Amino acid sequence: MSTTVGNLARASALSIGALALAVMGGPALAWQPTKTVEFIVPAGSGGGADQMARLVDGIVKKYKLMDQPMVVINKSGGAGAEGFLYVKDAKGDPHKIIITLSNLFTTPLATGVPFNWKDLTPVSMLALDQFILWVNADTPYKTAQEYIAAVKKAGPNKMKMGGTGSKQEDQIITVALQKQTGTKFTYVPFKGGGAVNTQLAGKHIDSSVNNPIEGVANWRGGKVRPLCVFDEQRLIYKDKITETMSWSDIPTCKEAGVDVEYLMLRGIFMPGGVTDEQRDFYVQLLKKVRDTPEWKAFMEKGAFNQTALTGDEYKNWVAKAEQVHKDLMKEAGFLAK
Amino acid sequence: MAELESLFQGFAVAISPFNLLLMFIGVLLGVIIGVLPGLGGANGVAILLPLTFTMAQTPGGTTSAIILLSCIYWGALFGGAITSILFNIPGEPWSVATTFDGYPLAQKGRAGEALTAAFTSSFIGAFVAVMLITFLAPAMANFALQFGPPEYFSVYLLTFCAFVGMSKGQAVKTIVSMMIGFALAAVGLDTVTGQLRLTFGFTDLLKGFDFLIAVIGLFGIGEILLTLEEGLHFKGTRAKLNPRVVLDTWKELPRYWLTSLRASAVGCFMGIVPGGATPASFMSYGVAKRFSKDGDKFGTGMVEGVVAPETAAHAAGTSALLPMITLGVPGSPTAAVLLGGLLIWGLQPGPLLFVEQKDFVWGLIASMYLGNIAGLIVVLTCVPLFAAILRIPFSIIAPVILVICAIGAFTVHTSVSDVYLMLVFGVAGYVMRKLNYPLAPLVLALVLGDRAENSFRQSMIMSQGDMAILFSNALVGGLTTLALFLLFWPVLASLIKRIKGG
Repeated sequence: MSTTVGNLARASALSIGALALAVMGGPALAWQPTKTVEFIVPAGSGGGADQMARLVDGIVKKYKLMDQPMVVINKSGGAGAEGFLYVKDAKGDPHKIIITLSNLFTTPLATGVPFNWKDLTPVSMLALDQFILWVNADTPYKTAQEYIAAVKKAGPNKMKMGGTGSKQEDQIITVALQKQTGTKFTYVPFKGGGAVNTQLAGKHIDSSVNNPIEGVANWRGGKVRPLCVFDEQRLIYKDKITETMSWSDIPTCKEAGVDVEYLMLRGIFMPGGVTDEQRDFYVQLLKKVRDTPEWKAFMEKGAFNQTALTGDEYKNWVAKAEQVHKDLMKEAGFLAK
Repeated sequence: MAELESLFQGFAVAISPFNLLLMFIGVLLGVIIGVLPGLGGANGVAILLPLTFTMAQTPGGTTSAIILLSCIYWGALFGGAITSILFNIPGEPWSVATTFDGYPLAQKGRAGEALTAAFTSSFIGAFVAVMLITFLAPAMANFALQFGPPEYFSVYLLTFCAFVGMSKGQAVKTIVSMMIGFALAAVGLDTVTGQLRLTFGFTDLLKGFDFLIAVIGLFGIGEILLTLEEGLHFKGTRAKLNPRVVLDTWKELPRYWLTSLRASAVGCFMGIVPGGATPASFMSYGVAKRFSKDGDKFGTGMVEGVVAPETAAHAAGTSALLPMITLGVPGSPTAAVLLGGLLIWGLQPGPLLFVEQKDFVWGLIASMYLGNIAGLIVVLTCVPLFAAILRIPFSIIAPVILVICAIGAFTVHTSVSDVYLMLVFGVAGYVMRKLNYPLAPLVLALVLGDRAENSFRQSMIMSQGDMAILFSNALVGGLTTLALFLLFWPVLASLIKRIKGG
């Protein structure tokens, strides 16, 4: 069977333009923040979500997009549960926003900590983060199929897949990959994606499913090799990253005969119980952020999928993604008892 | 000597009046950040990161931006020692080991000496590390790649073993204290299983016990409680204010060249691995105590006991930037934030940064030399000023310290519950000290317990439960053997003595 997490973004991509026009044409906004806005990052400093939050903060400051100051606060405890509960408890407070990653779904499902995205107000999707199957550059595997064949040949639990954390996106992809190909990896959890890629470069693990931005440095340094991208379409970035390859030269895993898709949400939420006007202020703000050259450069650097939804489309996307995570985690036995 | 040529080009980039100004501003800010417990280098750099964003857009601006941020880091490394020595409150995690001998020195009225020794050693540690980066960067980077989970575990084991047995008093109390530390370190999310442990459904326990909160409470608040009991004044009040204290201490320091050398080696190793500055400082203190002739007197106010951890901490803090630049792997929390900065500015850390962004890399390395010199000048001129703080009456300074501690505890996670937690740790620290339980093993276990546990379990997952993985190659085998050797050294030493004595 085909495991398709990434399909979610497909349907709505076309309507973004129309939506953006509608928002821009609206009247001057009535609501503005009246005090410092807290930008919560439910992950540690230096990670992917943190980088994006600090970039947004930098862009807002540079272009003076907001009169009130913004402050980025990391609340990473309990796989991000600390941050989510903080925003959940701030019901009706329009001066808090939170950036989410897949832990919006995986943390409550895996740990049983009581929160759900429905406790929050969806504001805007910023982008979707890609995942790529990487192996060490010294190994002979040139395609995903060759690698999977080698994993099969080695026997169960012989090949080591490294990933960030446990029962989170990396392990979910690994489980989906195993299910699709009938293989069995030994999954080794590490604290962060950068560490995982270094472990791969040092040959301590056999493969990883790092984000592009986590693997690009070692790829260019000739230490790791990308085999396929877990999206339904190839990456759109055609500039050469290494001597011979660009991001768009990496085949999709489906093309490579490993039909697994997964994209990670990088989106913004607010506490529940805020007014539409308050939400729209941030929708507008983030739209302006996404229009800056700095944001576009960052998207290209990290080879992001630039799908960005707002309003009901965003809400529907999140609802579908939650269901997909629930199904995958249930099958893998990751749900909290 | 292609490196030297590149380095001089780097100096040319770094020495512009604007960059020099940024350097001094950065160091000053860093010292202030380092003095305030809780507001660590990582926080300081993170807060200023968005401000550098505009700066980085101008030509050559990325170099200016990294100079500003890395100088904050150097400043924080220097600043952490100040409160450790004066008030027994470590401003940064890596200055915990500095309190062991620094504070007793201050109590004897030798605060100026302790501060000078600390700052000078910091500078030497950093200098050795920068030299290493300048000439051996690519080779060192490849060395760091050798480190997988078993290697990390053996390094942590080595840290524990170097440290074990150095506390005076009953061994059982040391073990109890260390076990409490391990238990506290286990609270929160377990990386290996993705499950919450020991949180009992409390939201405030989700994030576990932060090392900084514990340290501020155990040391800072505990110390104030003790002082309250003992008569409302600091013992260091009669610190003599000798403007020549810096020069006098410098005359004494060359005696500890061997300690410095060992500490620099430990520090550089831990920074590159990357194990971090905090374990480096503990390990170095343990090693110095083990091998010094005056090892028995450590903890009573030995200058050597300040030199060892400070040199190692600064060497590690500096060399931690190497894996960040060459591998994109941060060797410390602050390096992690700097790494985020590089990415935001559009630079790609990794093996090619040395080739593609020559100006930037060598500008950064040159700024390491200059920033540390700037830092040393700033802090040394302030030594008499810092020492004079001890002359302020206790009734004024104690409330100020309490407030600073509270702010520091709040800053770590911007959480009010941490302030209460700090007070609980303060009472616990007071009680433990009254009952002669050593605090250091608890602190060490709290800071390393989690990492040691993770790397051990990762190793066991990789080897399917086979302990032989800890001896599977020369590197990990050598480290494990060294650790066991250090652990059993007291037994071995007494055996050797007995055999020799007949």
